[in-house]
Amino acid sequence: MTGSGDTSKDMDLKLRVWRQRGPKDDGAMVEYDVPAVSPDMSFLEMLDVLNERLTLEDDDPIAFDHDCREGICGACGVVINGIAHGPEVTTTCQLHMRSFTDGDVIDIEPWRSGSFPVVKDLVVDRGSLDRIIQAGGYISAPTGTAPDAHAVPVPKDDADAAFDAATCIGCGACVAACPNGSAMLFTAAKITHLGLLPQGQPERDSRVLDMVGQHDAEGFGGCSQIGECTAVCPKGISLSTISRLNVDLLGALRSTYAK
Amino acid sequence: MPASTLTKHRATVRSTVVLKAIMAITGLVMIGFLLAHMAGNLWVFAGREEFNDYAHHLRTLGEPMLPHKVLLWALRIGLLLSVVLHVYSAITLWKRAHVASARKGGTRYHTSKGQRGVQRSYASFTMRYGGIVITLFVIYHLLHFTGNQIHPGGASSSPYDRVVNGFEIWWVWLSYVIAMVAIGLHLRHGLWAAAASLGANTSPRRRRQLNTGAITIAVVITVGFLLPPTLILFGGIS
Amino acid sequence: MTADSYHVVGEPIRDTKAPAGDIKDRWDTRRFEAKLVNPANRRKLSIIIVGTGLAGASAAATLGEAGYQVTSFCYQDSPRRAHSIAAQGGINAAKNYRNDGDSIYRLFYDTVKGGDFRSRESNVYRLAQTSVEIIDQCVAQGVPFAREYGGLLDNRSFGGVQVSRTFYARGQTGQQLLIGAYQALERQVAAGTVDMHTRHEMLELIIVDGKARGVIVRDMVSGEIESHFADAVVLATGGYGNVFFLSTNAMGCNVTANWRAHRKGALFANPCFTQIHPTCIPVSGDYQSKLTLMSESLRNDGRIWVPKAKGDARPAADIPEEERDYYLERIYPAFGNLVPRDIASRAAKNVCDEGRGVGPGGLGVYLDFADAIARLGLASVEAKYGNLFDMYAKITGENPYQTPMRIYPAVHYTMGGLWVDYDLQSTIPGMFVTGEANFSDHGANRLGASALMQGLADGYFVLPNTINDYLADGPFVPVDETHPAAIEAKQLVEDRIATFLAINGSRTVDSFHKELGQIMWDYCGMERTDEGLRTAIAKIRELKAEFWRDVKVSGVNEELNQTLERAGRVADFIELGELMCIDALDRRESCGGHFRAESQTEDGEAMRDDENFAYVAAWGYGGEDGKPILHKEALEYEYVEMKQRSYK
Repeated sequence: MTGSGDTSKDMDLKLRVWRQRGPKDDGAMVEYDVPAVSPDMSFLEMLDVLNERLTLEDDDPIAFDHDCREGICGACGVVINGIAHGPEVTTTCQLHMRSFTDGDVIDIEPWRSGSFPVVKDLVVDRGSLDRIIQAGGYISAPTGTAPDAHAVPVPKDDADAAFDAATCIGCGACVAACPNGSAMLFTAAKITHLGLLPQGQPERDSRVLDMVGQHDAEGFGGCSQIGECTAVCPKGISLSTISRLNVDLLGALRSTYAK
Repeated sequence: MPASTLTKHRATVRSTVVLKAIMAITGLVMIGFLLAHMAGNLWVFAGREEFNDYAHHLRTLGEPMLPHKVLLWALRIGLLLSVVLHVYSAITLWKRAHVASARKGGTRYHTSKGQRGVQRSYASFTMRYGGIVITLFVIYHLLHFTGNQIHPGGASSSPYDRVVNGFEIWWVWLSYVIAMVAIGLHLRHGLWAAAASLGANTSPRRRRQLNTGAITIAVVITVGFLLPPTLILFGGIS
Repeated sequence: MTADSYHVVGEPIRDTKAPAGDIKDRWDTRRFEAKLVNPANRRKLSIIIVGTGLAGASAAATLGEAGYQVTSFCYQDSPRRAHSIAAQGGINAAKNYRNDGDSIYRLFYDTVKGGDFRSRESNVYRLAQTSVEIIDQCVAQGVPFAREYGGLLDNRSFGGVQVSRTFYARGQTGQQLLIGAYQALERQVAAGTVDMHTRHEMLELIIVDGKARGVIVRDMVSGEIESHFADAVVLATGGYGNVFFLSTNAMGCNVTANWRAHRKGALFANPCFTQIHPTCIPVSGDYQSKLTLMSESLRNDGRIWVPKAKGDARPAADIPEEERDYYLERIYPAFGNLVPRDIASRAAKNVCDEGRGVGPGGLGVYLDFADAIARLGLASVEAKYGNLFDMYAKITGENPYQTPMRIYPAVHYTMGGLWVDYDLQSTIPGMFVTGEANFSDHGANRLGASALMQGLADGYFVLPNTINDYLADGPFVPVDETHPAAIEAKQLVEDRIATFLAINGSRTVDSFHKELGQIMWDYCGMERTDEGLRTAIAKIRELKAEFWRDVKVSGVNEELNQTLERAGRVADFIELGELMCIDALDRRESCGGHFRAESQTEDGEAMRDDENFAYVAAWGYGGEDGKPILHKEALEYEYVEMKQRSYK
């Protein structure tokens, strides 16, 4: 393994990190100096380096969620200087230290939402998002029942738009950024993905009713169309998905109660 | 299964999305009223007689098809209902948002950075407090011009005189300016949000168009309402 | 052949479940002969499934829907995050939608040949047959595959094959397929047929009366050690590429579930078969935590080169054309930059070993698009590769439109895994293994866009049809926490955790992991030699001793403790690393991703030795300090003639 090529650009940083031992404990911001940070490091690698030091100093390393480190699994995510996933529009793992400058003070906090209880330090419980999917974020297609893949053509524009919505990685940045703590962008992305496809039509009404019902039951807030969610979304899920969800929901309610 | 599904669907009737739709529709009703009200106010430039006629006609609206003041009261009830539903939805959503964003006291995130968000408009910050300002103003405004219970600058049975008398006082004018700016900001975000909540935001391009439209209407209403009192204060009308 | 000093030879092993007869009929035969379970009885039968990637989520969804009681575990905070999600390229299926001569037989043939004749014909044929159903299933679930203007599915050619059989969803096929399986899984969770446990890691297997009957898991939030019981256990736990520390795997990918099962009697097959992908973003410093793959499609238009002179440190732009060595085009004029993954990887290593590598540490080669931009225009290159170029720019801070990309090979996939028979059952009755965690379908080298196919084939179609044969004899005698086997397994886990926490040494877990990775990369990576492997084994043994003497694991068990999690994984990786080297040492031939320097042609190409090595090496655990036991499963080829690969 080799050292980084050019150490002259290394930065000395100060971090202020939210430390919280467990779900029931109070937390606080704790300061750490992190010297000699290479601009080529990813943000999480910078935390790795700090954690290695904390371990050797008999301090508790900072807990944070992460897995694929290539911006697709959706596990990572912290609020950096008040912005979900930090200054670049990407996942925290794809944020690199060249986005910061020598001497910066960086504040790091967990996603903050009543529906995302803190597990430890920067780790939160996002099970509420899974439960929204459980409520109806699927197409019922038991294995083996499928017709030939070409049986139903899908207009390319619909397929592409469905794909755009389906790229949501479920990281929860939208909730962390939303002033109302709403998970509407997450919910709307799934409604849009499945609602644009012919396969998704039979369950379209019940899906939106059940998913929105679950969204609210989880305690997420409502959407005020402020747009912070889409602005921090690493996958650029469009705010227009929420308009689509609203139309679907109101339509589904009309047809349910017209019966 | 069917029973629980039905319960869930009943819950959805009271969902945030439905509350937002209610806010949107009631908001649009009130915007319609504001446009008409603003246009009516401009009669003040036509002179005392015409303005008083206009004010009188508001009460005889719909006659002789309908008895005296019936349409006016129908409109008033409609407006009042809109206000009540709008405020009820707002308070319900406000409470939800408070819990959902895990705010302890006033703060959600401890950092002092990034508090202005990434792209959000200033207007979007003012919705809730602006709403309170507007509510207080409306009460004062009704007492002043509709009910005639308070009358800065001198009472009069002529609506025209009440307007002119009132706005010749600088602080009356100033309170009006503050309220109109609050309304302007409220409409700038509210109009866009109402349209989007009802499904109009179908693409990024449409989002830009809707925002431009919201800004335009907000400016028209604010300026339209501010023209008469400002001219009165500075002596253009007496 | 005599056993060398590192292992002993055991009895040969045989796949007793694969039917004989025409290869086209074998899967039908097996499905017909396998016992069935009456739907009413399924409710009384329980299955534990560990892992929620393509192979695990699809199996859990399908078996839950079938009516079994499924309990599912994943270490992530949501089943949707399993690493299948990161697969970019696509998924193969023998649909022949292009009418370009594809067929089930051709996909079978390509896969056997691509696997360099070290996979089973029966399994591969079944994989090709099943591929067709997978696409239908995924489309029905709402997977948004790329489509053409007519509304039908688009296909592309992938990994050097001559037919277009790869279905894709932009560069995120794995994500879309996994989300499809995840949604099907969550639907079963809501229906109550699957009991999902997230942030739970399997640490031990419970065997009762010779049958797999349960698992010990750790609740990663509370630290509680829990026992779970079932009539069968399925491991869908993925590959072990993280033994190299740096790989394209997710940080959490690990071998612990598989290794614990191996220690309890499951054979581990072909552990040394590792795929090294040629186009990854190079290491930039010693803080590096993982490597990122750049799609192979870049080699369609990019030209790979290094300076002709050693140690030439000039910027790429200052190196004139005549001082550049387009080495793939030079050595392999017929295929040029499009040679298979293993060949491209090894060639890059060779030029870097000569001191001609570029970038930090000299570990990189250029992938240059200047010619492509001149030929096709900037806009066209941007349309084709824009998202990849952006990703590269984001990670490296360099603009690939102006300076050539730097790439270097990285560990990507492991073909080896737990040995399974045709039914996907391991040598422990009642324990099944699916997806990358097993060894069965890819031989010594996996073709592009085949990993997703195999994971879903196993989970949606194969396992749900074969597990019945085993479960038909159940439900087995009830077992609970008080059973001596459960108590013993739990004790084992608790003791191990206590040991980690008590050592309180002076080195971090990661420092051991990095050192292990370096040993594996240097000696058991792209080129392996007898001497190097022996050195590696000695070093790994030293490292193991030092680990158990000097590792530092902070905190306590009763909390979220990521250091403790990693310690257990690294301890198992160390043991696996040794077995990989022993396996590589035994296989004195070059095949697929396994290149033994001693077995090459005059011009440096891999040379297989079918006479002596046409077998699956299935390793039995030999005890803590004992020697692993090699069981050989002979490979026979009735349908595809064994040939040496040539890409000159």
